[in-house]
Amino acid sequence: MSNRPGGGADIVWEAGSPGLDAPAGTEWEMVIGLEVHAELLTRTKLFSASANSFGGEPNSHIDPVCLGLPGTLPVLNRHAVELAIRVGLALGAEVQPSIFARKNYYYPDMPKNYQISQYDRPINVGGSLELPSGKVVGIVRAHLEEDTGKSTHVGGAGRIDDAAWSLVDYNRAGVPLLEIVSHPDLRSAAEAREYVTELRATLLAVGASDGKMEEGSLRVDANVSVRPLGSPELGTRCEIKNVNSLRSLGRAVTFEARRQIELLSSGERVTQQTRHWNEDTGRTSALRSKEEATDYRYFPEPDLVPLAPDPAWIEQIRAGLPLLPRQRRHRLAAATGQPPARLALVVERGQDELALEATEAGADPEAVLKHLEQNLADGTDRLTAAGLAELITMEQSGELTSNQVKEVLAEMVTSGESPATVARRAGFESVGAGELAGVVDRIIGEHPAEWQRLCAGDDRERKKMRGFFTGQVMRATKGQANGRDVAALLADRAGTDGL
Amino acid sequence: MSPGPAAAIAAAVRAGERSAASAVQESLTAIAAGADLGAFNAVTAEAALARAEAIDSAVAAGEDPGPLAGVPVALKDNICTRGTPTTCSSRILEGWEPPYDATVVDLLNAAGAVVVGKTNMDEFAMGSSTENSAFGPTRNPHDPGRVPGGSSGGSAAAVAGGLTPLALASDTGGSIRQPAALCGIVGMKPTYGRVSRYGLVAFASSLDQIGPMARTVTDAALLYSVIAGHDPLDSTSIPEPVGNLNGALAGDVDGLRVGIVTELCGEGIDGDVLARLEAAAGALASAGAEVGEVSVPAAVFGLSAYFLIAPAEASSNLARYDGVRYGLRVPAPGAVDMNVATRTAGFGDEVKRRIMLGSFALSAGYYEAYYGKALKVRTLVMRDFAAAYERFDVLLAPTSPSVAFRFGERTANPLTMYLSDVCTVASNLAGHPAISVPFGSGADGLPVGVQVMAPALGEDVMFRAAAALERLLPGTQPAAARAGSAGAVTKGTAP
Amino acid sequence: MAERISRHDVVHVAWLARLELSDEELERFTSQLADVLDHAADVEALDLDGVPATSHPYPVGNVLRDDVPEPGLDRAEVLAQAPETEAGQFRVPPVRGEAP
Ligand SMILES: [Mg+2]
Ligand SMILES: [Zn+2]
Repeated sequence: MSNRPGGGADIVWEAGSPGLDAPAGTEWEMVIGLEVHAELLTRTKLFSASANSFGGEPNSHIDPVCLGLPGTLPVLNRHAVELAIRVGLALGAEVQPSIFARKNYYYPDMPKNYQISQYDRPINVGGSLELPSGKVVGIVRAHLEEDTGKSTHVGGAGRIDDAAWSLVDYNRAGVPLLEIVSHPDLRSAAEAREYVTELRATLLAVGASDGKMEEGSLRVDANVSVRPLGSPELGTRCEIKNVNSLRSLGRAVTFEARRQIELLSSGERVTQQTRHWNEDTGRTSALRSKEEATDYRYFPEPDLVPLAPDPAWIEQIRAGLPLLPRQRRHRLAAATGQPPARLALVVERGQDELALEATEAGADPEAVLKHLEQNLADGTDRLTAAGLAELITMEQSGELTSNQVKEVLAEMVTSGESPATVARRAGFESVGAGELAGVVDRIIGEHPAEWQRLCAGDDRERKKMRGFFTGQVMRATKGQANGRDVAALLADRAGTDGL
Repeated sequence: MSPGPAAAIAAAVRAGERSAASAVQESLTAIAAGADLGAFNAVTAEAALARAEAIDSAVAAGEDPGPLAGVPVALKDNICTRGTPTTCSSRILEGWEPPYDATVVDLLNAAGAVVVGKTNMDEFAMGSSTENSAFGPTRNPHDPGRVPGGSSGGSAAAVAGGLTPLALASDTGGSIRQPAALCGIVGMKPTYGRVSRYGLVAFASSLDQIGPMARTVTDAALLYSVIAGHDPLDSTSIPEPVGNLNGALAGDVDGLRVGIVTELCGEGIDGDVLARLEAAAGALASAGAEVGEVSVPAAVFGLSAYFLIAPAEASSNLARYDGVRYGLRVPAPGAVDMNVATRTAGFGDEVKRRIMLGSFALSAGYYEAYYGKALKVRTLVMRDFAAAYERFDVLLAPTSPSVAFRFGERTANPLTMYLSDVCTVASNLAGHPAISVPFGSGADGLPVGVQVMAPALGEDVMFRAAAALERLLPGTQPAAARAGSAGAVTKGTAP
Repeated sequence: MAERISRHDVVHVAWLARLELSDEELERFTSQLADVLDHAADVEALDLDGVPATSHPYPVGNVLRDDVPEPGLDRAEVLAQAPETEAGQFRVPPVRGEAP
């Protein structure tokens, strides 16, 4: 279910210096697995009824349960479960009976000093995500858990290790998260970014998350290791935290892989640890105090009961799922004959529906895609599929020049008018047939020598002269002649079927 | 069947024959007079009197305040009360005022009861003598030199000493039944999930249940009926409706199959206690019950499982006391140091022992050997009980292996204290209801309780047997004990 | 009999539990915890192969709450219980290091 190495690696490093386990000339391969935490789009928290909403005054969305006050008990949010199932189904996971567990560790922004999460029996297991490139990344699990509050470190220039004190806001505490864990199937920074982009698009499509990395509603931890290219074993991995954008993700995994290669190449070992990505320095660094060796003491959460979603409910959720980005790429691929990889951009921009309709309306798929890719980056707004198809016909019939097409298209996007209307108003109307014939005949008369070369020359000569006459006609008509009509007239006057 | 003192107050108040204010004032007076017992951590006199007056106004206006109209009730200090400190008898929560009420508190209020204060307990309900309170011990009203049992010693002493007719407490491994036995009152642990735990400060979540303490079985049933029922705020709450107990309380035991649990009547149980158990069995038999012996083999392993499961859950439940959001903080330069300093200063030894034991049982490399194994033993306990209930309607066993012991007698070696729970923990592991009913006295004239156990949701048959035992006890005097040197403890029920 | 819990184990669990022990306490707690674990060793006589674990004594399942917001707590009331606050937040000594 995943592309195993052996040709899939598109980034390969060569070791700078030989190491014990890494002879000179070793080619290295990067192995990445990602853990993505997505905040779910519920109205309330995972286990209590205060609002799940971004921002706001600190500690303004709090209740006894999410604050972990003594005596309080969690009650599971039905909608969070539904969203988790939607994602699971979108990923082709098995939605299974699950239980919650407590993950015990101390941190001031975690109200109970344990996180209610899922451990050995998560709601979604297995599944995969197909990237636009066609690569299929395996999914290990996608489980429900609660978010923590937010700590602000004050003093010491905001750096966590030099802070003078910290402030804690529990608005985010208890917000539902879905943690989606991939297999270590990714082989490059580009693939890691592609995976997150595709996962984000999938979460958005099913309405599970708003996917805003900059607001922290989508958070990515990267497990990175390296190994000699072709080796079937996995190297020792490090988990990189604090990756807050797609760009950082690429930079962080690249840095970390290079760091590990340098270690291995100089005969040292990689120590399994959690590392912090520093955006400013562009480096990862080991997080402190590892002597407690994170003993989370997981055990079944006694305050919650087993969750075994009714199969009928699951099927109802499945039936309500929209088309996923992958399905939309494939649908458009079938309609246009183009590979799904090329269609990622159009689907990502949500222009695939328009492309499909325009194609169905008879427009040349290649032309449709070209316009969507090149001329409609800022959106299609009021553009209709019929309008786009009509415009492409006008373009291909030579009724409009390519520059005119761009202008007309830009106008259509904002006005919603038909291309004919826009072209007429702009004065882009073609020269009439009778008028055009007059112009052609006049120009032939003015250039007898060239006309002779067109009629009697070899193929190359004819082609050259055809260009000459077409250019003359266009100049004479200020570019408003229909190219196809001009060609037809020239062929007619030369007595050939075509030139 | 005579009504208990609580039922009598409620009936009189509802009928307009006496005021709630007088009932509450009488209780407050008794609490003040019985202060030497150390039963209360806080007395909410002002609020209680104000509430009593509101109830009286309601009665005057022709309204029915409910089945506990005007009845003073004491709450174990691990039941959250909005705006009134809830300490769990721990320094770490000293002064904490919850911003919300426990579900049982809402239910009490809706039934017309009047909360008069919060009672002393072993810190975080960990103990069997109430000697582990950070605020000093509670004394047994029958002998101030002896413990009232625990962890609900304060509630037990309040009821036994006549300070309040009713109290709520919590039972994780016997913390309602054992002090009830030692203080000569009725104490009942409902089926797990029958009473909402919302607002009960957790000790061990899969074992904890809130239950009633009263001077009579009917009063215990009355209080139980008010607090039992489904609560959407507690996911482990049982949705099935609660039945009416009137028939059970009035019914006889003719043909009732009663099994004496042999494993709980052997080594380690004092002779005077066993003698009272035999007397109880004999009394039931003479009233027509079919009494026999039954083996529940896994019951003897209950204590081992209990002392791994309860500390494990406690180690996690008590992690939240870290000096950040409420309660004690001992300042320190860093957050971790602050957590450590706060917890080290805020918890007593017993709590520390159990937190460490529980952390150990859950820790990497030991989980399977300890916690994992204990959960399997729990399965065996449930299976063995299920087999026993195929042959018997209710089971009979001692509540406590001994009568009330002297202060300090079991504090040196924690294990000897843990053994106090040997007869009670099995019901918690199985989640079954159980009740302790006073059945005469043993050594030194101290009360002995007999325990009636029933299958899950078998409260009806359990109360039937318990009510019969109460009726069958020769020279029944379901009245308050006199607190020896605790001064003039007045009875709160004199009409 | 093998040592059921060592001083080293107790130091570790004290750290996990965020407790500090004096030498005397370490000594005392180690032997007390060992006593309890020794007593619990009686379950070793039981054949537990294939016995499932019981975490909940009463079988309740699929308890779900509708996703309907309710008013939360008043911030002032909550912060009034906090040892130290600043600007509507809970103030704590510096947290060195991130969550594990
Ligand atoms: Mg993770
Ligand atoms: Zn997570």
